[in-house]
Amino acid sequence: MLRAIRIKDLSLVRGERRLFSGLDLEISAGQAVALTGRNGAGKTSLLRAVAGLLRPSRGVIGFDGEAGPLEAEVARSDGLHLVGHHDGLKSTRSAWEELLFQTRWTGGSEASARAAAKKLDLDRLLDLEIRRLSAGQRRRVALARLLASPRSLWLLDEPMAPLDAGHREGFGALMARHLEGGGMVLAAVHDPLPVPCRVVEVGG
Amino acid sequence: MKAFLILLRRELALAWGNGGGPLLALAFYACVVTLLPLAAGRAPERLASLAPGIAWLALALAALLSLERLFERDFEDGALDLLALGPAPLEAVAVAKCLAHWLAAGAPLALAAPIAALALGASPHIIPLLIPCALAGGLAFSFLGGLGASLALGSKRGGLLVAVIVLPLYVPPVIFGAGALDALAGGLPWTGGLFLLLAYSAAAVALGPIAMAAACRNALD
Repeated sequence: MLRAIRIKDLSLVRGERRLFSGLDLEISAGQAVALTGRNGAGKTSLLRAVAGLLRPSRGVIGFDGEAGPLEAEVARSDGLHLVGHHDGLKSTRSAWEELLFQTRWTGGSEASARAAAKKLDLDRLLDLEIRRLSAGQRRRVALARLLASPRSLWLLDEPMAPLDAGHREGFGALMARHLEGGGMVLAAVHDPLPVPCRVVEVGG
Repeated sequence: MKAFLILLRRELALAWGNGGGPLLALAFYACVVTLLPLAAGRAPERLASLAPGIAWLALALAALLSLERLFERDFEDGALDLLALGPAPLEAVAVAKCLAHWLAAGAPLALAAPIAALALGASPHIIPLLIPCALAGGLAFSFLGGLGASLALGSKRGGLLVAVIVLPLYVPPVIFGAGALDALAGGLPWTGGLFLLLAYSAAAVALGPIAMAAACRNALD
């Protein structure tokens, strides 16, 4: 269980372009941070750097567990979820097959996948092929793994963009419950997050 | 290990589910084998001498074609991010993907190879050697092809690039396998070729995943 992440003096360079430099950010258990900034400012890149998919050109990203600092690789392999623009769902498989795979791959069980599907109002969609789903429905399938295999840090990239008003509210409530349970949320957004959060401007 | 099996099952389901990948590879194999007599003339003795080599070469090409998008699909739809953040290291992910490809396409092709060789007029007594050669060779083809597919990630002309990267690596197993089959057909000692083929396959299985994982990390970065 992660208790905090600490980002110190982080710089990211993509190709020839410096996205931002000297970014400091700390998130501890129960806190949410909304990353804002213009398109191309580096919000997605920052999320991917925290997930360990991008190598920062400078700076460190540290993770704390219950008993002090954790090795980054260990922390990432069972401490965080990344849900990005691309939801990683295969168009020819059914929603249930994909949800079950994503859940079990990230350490959850079949029962927890069922429960998550119920909470995200997916029950009637589970037998459909992914390609038959709308963008919002696909996003809900992707978000379901956040609940199905509990991990403390949620890295979300525009998580609610395709969701309708009702489901935004529902997901807001799920996020609030995650934070109450000591979870952390780092989300790149253009609309305000529906939970109390700190706003950090990237690349301003 | 549990995570590895979960991924392997998914990869197998994807290989079988997406418009019958193995069936397509088999159909392609049949086409190449049918084209040969049309191109090389139909004199039975000439065909018979070419048969083992052609059955073998067509196997390499069929494996290559079905490999092209082994990593590309997951890269495009974001699933590779998820695989990279899972409980198993990317090296294990690469092993699972290549192994699933071998089980879904390589092994059925290896079992079809004797039929193709016989249809072209090869002598039946090479069949007991052709099957293990095709199985071991197919394993090397899958892992080396996966290497090519991972190195070509994100490039626009992936298909051709994969072929250009991979075909040179296919040279040794083709030489060893065809050599062993030739030697057996000619009544010469053939074990050397088979052992070299097995050694090459083992090296591909052992070293390929390390390179594939590095290539995937590089593509994600």
